Amino acid sequence: MTGKQIAEELARTRLEDGADLDAVDHTGKRGKIVQAKKRKTVTDERILSVQDLHVTFNTYGGTVQAVRGVNFDLYKGETLAIVGESGCGKSVTSNAIMGLIQQPPGKIKSKGVHFKTQDLTKLSKKEMRKIQGVDISMIFQDPMTALNPTLTIGEQLTEGVKQHKNLSKAEAKERAIDMLKLVGIPNPDERLKQYPHQFSGGMRQRIVIAIALICEPELLIADEPTTALDVTIQAQILELFEEIQAKTGVSIILITHDLGVVAKIADRIAVMYAGKVIETGDKREIFYNPQHPYTKGLLTSVPRLDLAGGELKPIDGTPPDLFAPPSGCAFAARCPFSMDVCTNVYPEVTTLSETHKVDCWLQDPRAQKLIDEQAFAR
Amino acid sequence: MGKYILKRFLMMLVTIFIIATLTFFLMHAVPGSPLESDRNTNETVQANLERFYKLDQPLHIQYLSYMQSIVTFDFGPSIKDPNRTVNELLARGFPISFELGMITILVAVVSGIILGTMAALRHNKMIDYAAMAFAVIGISIPNFVLATVLIQQLAVNWNLFPPATWTSPMHMVLPVLALATGPMAIIARLTRSSMLEVLTQDYIKMARAKGIKPMRIVLRHALRNALMPVVTIMGTLLAGILTGTFVIEKIFAIPGMGKYFVDSINNRDYPVIMGTTVFYSAFLIFMLFLVDIVYGILDPRIKLHKKEGDV
Repeated sequence: MTGKQIAEELARTRLEDGADLDAVDHTGKRGKIVQAKKRKTVTDERILSVQDLHVTFNTYGGTVQAVRGVNFDLYKGETLAIVGESGCGKSVTSNAIMGLIQQPPGKIKSKGVHFKTQDLTKLSKKEMRKIQGVDISMIFQDPMTALNPTLTIGEQLTEGVKQHKNLSKAEAKERAIDMLKLVGIPNPDERLKQYPHQFSGGMRQRIVIAIALICEPELLIADEPTTALDVTIQAQILELFEEIQAKTGVSIILITHDLGVVAKIADRIAVMYAGKVIETGDKREIFYNPQHPYTKGLLTSVPRLDLAGGELKPIDGTPPDLFAPPSGCAFAARCPFSMDVCTNVYPEVTTLSETHKVDCWLQDPRAQKLIDEQAFAR
Repeated sequence: MGKYILKRFLMMLVTIFIIATLTFFLMHAVPGSPLESDRNTNETVQANLERFYKLDQPLHIQYLSYMQSIVTFDFGPSIKDPNRTVNELLARGFPISFELGMITILVAVVSGIILGTMAALRHNKMIDYAAMAFAVIGISIPNFVLATVLIQQLAVNWNLFPPATWTSPMHMVLPVLALATGPMAIIARLTRSSMLEVLTQDYIKMARAKGIKPMRIVLRHALRNALMPVVTIMGTLLAGILTGTFVIEKIFAIPGMGKYFVDSINNRDYPVIMGTTVFYSAFLIFMLFLVDIVYGILDPRIKLHKKEGDV
């Protein structure tokens, strides 16, 4: 791209990104997002492809179908946000990709979870260890518990590279210092000798990120990386993610239920409900043109400062019992547009654009009439 | 660190003082006297003996002179066996008891931790059930019962080990086994439950996500955290093992301190009671102090001292 093209592209993105997005972006730093976005490049190289992933857990109470057929692709340099409420299978999906599901009680079935050319579900534990932390890394939700309280930061940072990349102690230390610098921790030399309790929550999350990035992974799975942090620290951590992505070109799967976070850094969004991805699309498609009633419900339940006097609009009802999930659409029981067919038959995927796909009977031409009759309050 | 140790040391002195005082008054509250015997002794001789051992003095004077003997660590001769001083008895008996106690602790801690860890790693599998069944049995059977069973089976019936005394490593097997089984079972159970808890922690999951080898996850990440509760009960276990040695020494005819301790109480041999009790308490308190220091080494969050510049 020439300089002129970049400038044009930048201006266009700014325009498109305009008005509505900052309603969900409560950090108020929109200008900066756009700039950060510009530096990174999303390529066509597919890095992860999840096909029909099922995860079940055998418990004393029966079998929980936590993930019931999840499909998505991820491209190099891209940030995919997986959103959905608690218990919808977001974390289980990421743990399954990462190979962290204990089997038994867990059980994974799929048509393939391909990381580049390898099917992760076919690898032995030993082969998987060569990928864990090296090619795919994970960031956990709570930095207060994700670090081992009895080991120094230095040891926790370097043990991975030492094992995987056969680095000497000195090389590993040098690498660790570089990583701490990258995530913005001052005096890295001294800090390496300290223990987790000597750091604040935000600092610890930076360290967790440094640990995840030290082997230069191609895929980073961030499981609610900002949920346990307060809002100002959240913004800093999200900026760090963008900065790192721009520098290293790492692909990110961001698991979250915070739409503000999604609006800030995601390229594409997959909305999960009751163990299935019910709608995917790029950020704009999901935020401006949501098609699934659940996605619409999610968006309207976000507190908005720009709409006067409005009360929060929750989605009525509760998610279905995953011990015995319904045969039709799992959202049907809570859906204001629910039809007879919804409760009995699961809808086919409707492709709205190259990126935008939705599983909903309302997309069926025969349902259009109903939509016209009922105006959906946005 | 230095300040902490000094503080602990002063506290140790106070504790020993209280123990010595309690022992003294309990000792004198027990009816009878060291000079009583079946023999008919001449009254003058009796009075002379009492004067010699200062037993005719009022209690508070005796108390003071005992306190003096503690401070100078000179308890004088035994009343029953005037040819030996208490210090001699200690010097002869203690090394043997110490050896028995230390080997027992070592065996109990090492095997308990290994057993508990294995049980936790094979949670709800055969090894787990076997280890925990063994632990329940180990906790339930008193060491003196176990000792007699071991002697009967392994020494008398199968002739594998010598049944008594303390002369070679082979002689040590049965007493150590009898004494170590209980504490080992307690440690195994504790290690297992604490390990199971630690293994569900986020930092273990994170270590797995880092692709760290399972062996290293267990040894480096989990075990250290799992050992905290074990260290906590080490103090109690130490006390249990030390008192256990008395009985075990008696059963296996081991010439340790236990014999003198028990005999001295039966004989109301005041200097020996005082000497052994105070010495034992001091030793135990010192061991507890060591346990506290180990605690600080295992968990960096427990600071024995405040360093400048800590956040």
